[in-house]
Amino acid sequence: MSTVVQNNTQKLSVVNFNTQQQAVYQTEKLNLWYGQVHALKNIDLSIGYKEVTAIIGPSGCGKSTFLKTLNRMVELVPGVRISGEITYNKTDILHESFSVEELRTRVGMVFQKPNPFPKSIYGNIAYGPKIHGIRNKEILNSIVENSLRQAYLWDEVKDRLHQSAHELSGGQQQRLCIARCLAIEPDVILMDEPTSALDPNSTRQIEELIKELKKDYSIVIVTHNMQQAARISDKTAFFLNGEIIEYDQTNRIFTQPTDQRTEDYINGRFG
Amino acid sequence: MNYIDQTVVMKKTNTRRLKNKLAKGMFFLSTLFGVVVLFILIVRIISQGIGWIDLDFLTGKLSTQVDRAGIMGAILGTLWLMVVVAPVTMIIGVSTAIYVELYVKNSKVKSIIQTNIANLAGVPSIVYGILGLTLFVRLLDFGNIVLAGGLTMSLLVLPIVVVASQEAIRAVPDHLSEASYGLGATKWQTIRRIILPAALPGILTGAILALSRAIGETAPLVVLGIPALLIPFPGGIFDTFTVLPMQIYYWTLDSSLVAEYANLAAATIVTLLVCLFVLNATAILIRNKFQKKY
Ligand SMILES: Nc1ncnc2c1ncn2[C@@H]1O[C@H](COP(=O)(O)OP(=O)(O)OP(=O)(O)O)[C@@H](O)[C@H]1O
Ligand SMILES: [Mg+2]
Repeated sequence: MSTVVQNNTQKLSVVNFNTQQQAVYQTEKLNLWYGQVHALKNIDLSIGYKEVTAIIGPSGCGKSTFLKTLNRMVELVPGVRISGEITYNKTDILHESFSVEELRTRVGMVFQKPNPFPKSIYGNIAYGPKIHGIRNKEILNSIVENSLRQAYLWDEVKDRLHQSAHELSGGQQQRLCIARCLAIEPDVILMDEPTSALDPNSTRQIEELIKELKKDYSIVIVTHNMQQAARISDKTAFFLNGEIIEYDQTNRIFTQPTDQRTEDYINGRFG
Repeated sequence: MNYIDQTVVMKKTNTRRLKNKLAKGMFFLSTLFGVVVLFILIVRIISQGIGWIDLDFLTGKLSTQVDRAGIMGAILGTLWLMVVVAPVTMIIGVSTAIYVELYVKNSKVKSIIQTNIANLAGVPSIVYGILGLTLFVRLLDFGNIVLAGGLTMSLLVLPIVVVASQEAIRAVPDHLSEASYGLGATKWQTIRRIILPAALPGILTGAILALSRAIGETAPLVVLGIPALLIPFPGGIFDTFTVLPMQIYYWTLDSSLVAEYANLAAATIVTLLVCLFVLNATAILIRNKFQKKY
């Protein structure tokens, strides 16, 4: 993917992952507090290039918090403190001088509840490119078409691009949100329980989509659905009370976890 | 297990139904009271004034002769006043609301500002008149011009715009701005492209309320010393002026001298009401248009 987004204040080095071994993200001794609540404790995790990394764990264990730290959205919450290090493509993204806007064009996010803008389908997809300065109608048109095709939504909406996005079904809205995020041509996609508000059929479609997207993107997905984690992810991290208990290849986590607590959780004994 | 005794229930049913009917009746009478009083008022005003409204009255100059008097000057004055009030309150009011809702992080500071704005909305309008007199007419030496009156009026109605805009901004769901930030938008881009468009209907409603208030308000202008004399039509915001409510005020005052002045006042009230009605209707149309968009 070439980067259409042109940015003068570029501080990230040009993306150049050449080996499968390389990590897109690396966190070291990452700690996070919401006021007094210590939500992330000494997280050391590396997220693989063009892999799907699943994050599982009981409610309130810090999954969403971790995800939002990766694109620094968590800083929108007043009173958040972060310590430790997060490197994205070898750049320290917690550094003060680092531009979060730029990070967020490299790292897209899909939320738990589909959250299309109150705009047309076209307007939703074109929003990202537009805020990054793309005005050319033809370029915008092809970005919209490509993104919708990648999200397998094009055929369903190509005749009503200028209708409200809110007229779509929940599953379609979520694929629209994925397409919207693809439109800024990110390298990484963060997904926070993207299917928890969807019916089984839409869930299956999104899972298929994720498997397809894996070819081009690195994906981090939070999920409460063990089967989903097992079906679509390469690696799985088990969080508990803000700590990483276990992080390994997905099939190992699900067949022979080393920690008793992991085993209990994936077998539904708590959480 | 038999907590509910059917015979007791039956006995109480009638009183419960009666109370139910009484409640409904009371609400109906209250509503009726307001509607009837308003109706009588409007009918009286219209019957008193309608015969006096004609093209000459609307386009004519002010005159001491009853059947030659016109209110064009006051209409123009009101329009020029709006030319000042509308942009000043919209820009300052919406900006204030944005700042308080989206930039102030400290919740204590926020609640202090909040309380102040709420209090300002309750300050009697005559106090704003005194402020305007001291500040704009005397200190800045504007004199009785549209600009001085407009700025005074703006101060008066600013809290309305601020509060309405704040509510409208607060009502925009967080997940929309999060989606925008998530795509790499800056705060300003998010405000301009997501938050403000979504809040626009609410903001416009506030602006309309504010303008209606400013059109009808008299006390501050009395304090500023706005005349209803034989002054030339105002041609801009630096001219002396009078407005419709001032005209009503003076004619009503003098109706003890010349009885027909009461009719002129009524005719002016009808004109003012029509102006307000048109303003509200336009605003509702604009609002619906924006709401319908998606
Ligand atoms: N905005 C906030 N302010 C204060 N505390 C918060 C905030 N958001 C989350 N927390 C706390 O941080 C901890 C982790 O929350 P987080 O939302 O990351 O959990 P989660 O693993 O995503 O849970 P779930 O599976 O229910 O979504 C919880 O104890 C929560 O109460
Ligand atoms: Mg969560």
